[in-house]
Amino acid sequence: MTDILNALVLFANFVLLPGIAYGAQLALGALGVTLIFGILRFSNVAHGDLMAFGAMITILVTWWLQSAGISIDPLPTALLALPVGIAGAVLISLLTDRAVYRFYRRRKAPGIVLVMASIGVMFMLNGIVRFVIGPNDQRFADGARFVVTVADFKEMTGLAEGLAIRLPVVITVVVALVVVVWLWWFLQRTRTGKAMRAFSDNEDLALLSGISPERVVALTWILAAALATIAGVLYGLDKSFRPFTYFQLLLPIFAAAIVGGIGQPFGAIAGGFVVAFSEVTVTYAYKRFLEYLGAQPEGLVQLLSVEYKFAVSFVILVIVLLVKPTGIFRGRVL
Amino acid sequence: MSFLSGDDMTGGYGGPDILNGCGIAVNKGEIAVIVGPNGAGKSTAMKAMFGMLPLRQGRVTLGGRDITGLSPQDRVKAGMGFVPQTGNVFTTMSVQENLEMGAYIRTDDFSDTMEQVFDLFPILRQKRRQPAGELSGGQRQQVAVGRALMTRPAVLMLDEPTAGVSPIVMDELFDRILDVAATGIAILMVEQNARQALNIADRGYVLVQGRNRFTDTGQALLANAEVRASFLGG
Amino acid sequence: MSAGRAVLLYALMAVLLVGVGLFQSWTLSLTILHLCLISAIMALGVNIQWGYAGLFNVGIMGFTALGGLAAVLTSMPPIHGAWEAGGIGIGVSLLALVGTIAAAVFAGRTVKGRLRRPSMAAVIVAGFFLFRAVFDPAVEAIEAFNPARTGYLGGIGLPVIFSWLVGGVLAAGAAWVVGRIALGLRADYLAIATLGIAEILLAVIKNEDWLSRGVKNVTGLPRPVPIEIELQTAPWFVDLSARIGADVTTFSSIYVKVCYALLLVAVLAILMWLAEKALKSPWGRMMRAIRDNRDAAAAMGKDVTGRHMQVFILGSAVVGIAGAMLTTLDGQFTPGQYNPLRYTFLIWVMVIVGGSGNNWGAVLGGFLIWFVWVEAEPAGIWLMNLITSGLPSDSIVRVRLLDAAPHMRLFLMGLILLLVLRFAPHGLIPERRARAAGSGKAEATA
Repeated sequence: MTDILNALVLFANFVLLPGIAYGAQLALGALGVTLIFGILRFSNVAHGDLMAFGAMITILVTWWLQSAGISIDPLPTALLALPVGIAGAVLISLLTDRAVYRFYRRRKAPGIVLVMASIGVMFMLNGIVRFVIGPNDQRFADGARFVVTVADFKEMTGLAEGLAIRLPVVITVVVALVVVVWLWWFLQRTRTGKAMRAFSDNEDLALLSGISPERVVALTWILAAALATIAGVLYGLDKSFRPFTYFQLLLPIFAAAIVGGIGQPFGAIAGGFVVAFSEVTVTYAYKRFLEYLGAQPEGLVQLLSVEYKFAVSFVILVIVLLVKPTGIFRGRVL
Repeated sequence: MSFLSGDDMTGGYGGPDILNGCGIAVNKGEIAVIVGPNGAGKSTAMKAMFGMLPLRQGRVTLGGRDITGLSPQDRVKAGMGFVPQTGNVFTTMSVQENLEMGAYIRTDDFSDTMEQVFDLFPILRQKRRQPAGELSGGQRQQVAVGRALMTRPAVLMLDEPTAGVSPIVMDELFDRILDVAATGIAILMVEQNARQALNIADRGYVLVQGRNRFTDTGQALLANAEVRASFLGG
Repeated sequence: MSAGRAVLLYALMAVLLVGVGLFQSWTLSLTILHLCLISAIMALGVNIQWGYAGLFNVGIMGFTALGGLAAVLTSMPPIHGAWEAGGIGIGVSLLALVGTIAAAVFAGRTVKGRLRRPSMAAVIVAGFFLFRAVFDPAVEAIEAFNPARTGYLGGIGLPVIFSWLVGGVLAAGAAWVVGRIALGLRADYLAIATLGIAEILLAVIKNEDWLSRGVKNVTGLPRPVPIEIELQTAPWFVDLSARIGADVTTFSSIYVKVCYALLLVAVLAILMWLAEKALKSPWGRMMRAIRDNRDAAAAMGKDVTGRHMQVFILGSAVVGIAGAMLTTLDGQFTPGQYNPLRYTFLIWVMVIVGGSGNNWGAVLGGFLIWFVWVEAEPAGIWLMNLITSGLPSDSIVRVRLLDAAPHMRLFLMGLILLLVLRFAPHGLIPERRARAAGSGKAEATA
């Protein structure tokens, strides 16, 4: 019995909690991608760099707050700086929309042209982020590190395995939950949110109904930028901030959005968790877990090494494309 | 002078003219129907009256006011409702949300208008929480008409409202349209099912190549031997 | 008009390269030229996919890396000890992998109804464990063999030139797999699929040490041209350099670089000739017809997905060839250098700037953008030096700005792309459209 509990604790510590945190981060990123797709109808390749940009502003403000001695200990200072980061990302998004995307939208250019334009925006954002903060790892997490440490847990339960509940994980889950519930309420219950859904559903009819496209588009950028910044800061708090890593998150984020059904906000959330849990479960070494359950495995019993985590996103994506091209929540197809 | 009228309308989508000086008019509480062979410019004439097509010549007036230069959105605000032939409901949104979106430009309380729509189309009251995309063809058309009625328009324009529905549903839809007209709204519609449509029409327009070929009451057109031979299949 | 403009732009490009030769150094000028040529070949490959057929491939990096792998596998001598230690195991396990896929496909075709997917999944899972059971010990044995210097199977010891073909073939094979999955779906999905396959190919190359030493790199690849040291001692070369009055060391370096440049030019010329020939053939016309109006072409009975598959494979093969050439030129295979910004998205900037749909445009884009990419770094540092010249040399602002200057070239690339996309959407040398005006009108009235 204790062995089974130990196995479960081990699993929770190395698979369940990291999976939940990573899933929530991917879900927030994928939500932004899917909103942009639903309203502006193109795949925004610059989304990873938008995440990096918002996170960068947050980090700079965090450093400034830290140097000024302002803190909200035990919570990380970054949470205090987050609104400024969001404001920065919103500003740059509205700016790029005005300077770049609006032109193509008005001419009703095909989606692929907008994707090309987003490659240009991606380069520029990438350049700005590296110019300002540099290409290296930045740590900005402060405050308490753990809610429950391994030692605490062992003492509490008397088990051999410990469960560490890290503060960034708790923050990620709480923030993601609040954001998702708010977004649900906004899209389902408010007049403006319904107008966004109407625009995404049928642009021409939305115009006939007097819904202003520029307002909906601006709102979409605001939401996407806010979501991207929140996702970026949470990811940075949980792991660390490095511009290139954020760029690489593009693949799992897109996989999540497509798996969930592109253009479907709640599909993006489901997709985020599907991708995250697949990555974590496939790359976890089950040796000790199995030992607690009475097996004597020879190797590490790791299905794939961690370096192949991108392969996991990709394989899930391929399976979904082959089996159900519309994704779990029936998003848009051609 | 009719309540809504388009006079001497000439224009096309950038290429050759599709409309060649055609004139359409309708009064409050009346039903006007545009019929004619394929490619006669029926839908184009209606879209021109709604401002979805730039006119090279001619003008459109609503209640005596010249609205030729207004955009479709502004015409909605001026009291015109339009039900496109396809894509006329928000398929992923519930029936009630569709009606709410119809009332998007209204800032006052529109719950009584929604009640009126539900009274007119009782089936929609039952299905108010269902996504419009899951409804049958006839029910969808009711949602589409209901959506357009939410702004309390003075004129309602319908582009082939009975396209692709069964004859029974078609009869019911025409009954509902008569009900709408009875509330004092001017109705202008384009129809393929010319015979049935002219039956309920106060005025009928037969267009050929963007020009008025025959204009008369619906009954008179139905009785006209030439119209019957050429446009109503005998 | 268009031809004159193209000649002018190419002349300008030549002037730029000569300028580098005169004002910086000829060695640098030739080095830039090499990469310009390889970039041009990559841009040509992408243009075949995008310009001919409108396929949006963002996995260029993967195909490039695969070409690099081909250079190792073709040219390095086989490591006999490693083969003896684990060659059979690797062979058997790869057979098991292929067998698993075949069995899964077979299961998918024969089993019907509710059991179809579960049976396929069962076959795949069983096959995976079988594969790992044979594969893992074999890999361990190979990697244990002289790990400091080899620890991999080595290649087949052919002249490195052959690897350029092999690179093309490998890339074509990978393209076939991606194409089977993602062609026929919407353009965005092909993009995501190619982005994914590139990351996976790179992950394999970085982590499968038995294959090509992973991130430990393979150095000392054989060269298709003479080696400088040997030239410097060869009597005929010493004699030659004395006769033209050049320093032997410098001249040998330039001589080797010219040899490389000639090889690269030859490949580019052959590929360009083939690409132009294909574009003007009935096949090329059909491709463009499909691109311009897919539905109409499909309605006329053209096999759109099949044609797309051909063009996707051909374009990827060209990129694979360029990848092999790049690694040959470097003389070493360093998987750590592959980065999607440089190897995927920069190539896209080249194609868009040059003129998608026009091979001459894409090649020019390859030259020009590579040149700007390389020269932006010294230019940026020069600019930052100028801006901060009033500040003391140890000023934190000055140090930061000088440090960060190289990153501004990313910004510059984005800016160039956006400006071209907006103000010259057809690129510097636009596609020649015989009936451009007429077809535009036809679209408007349709």
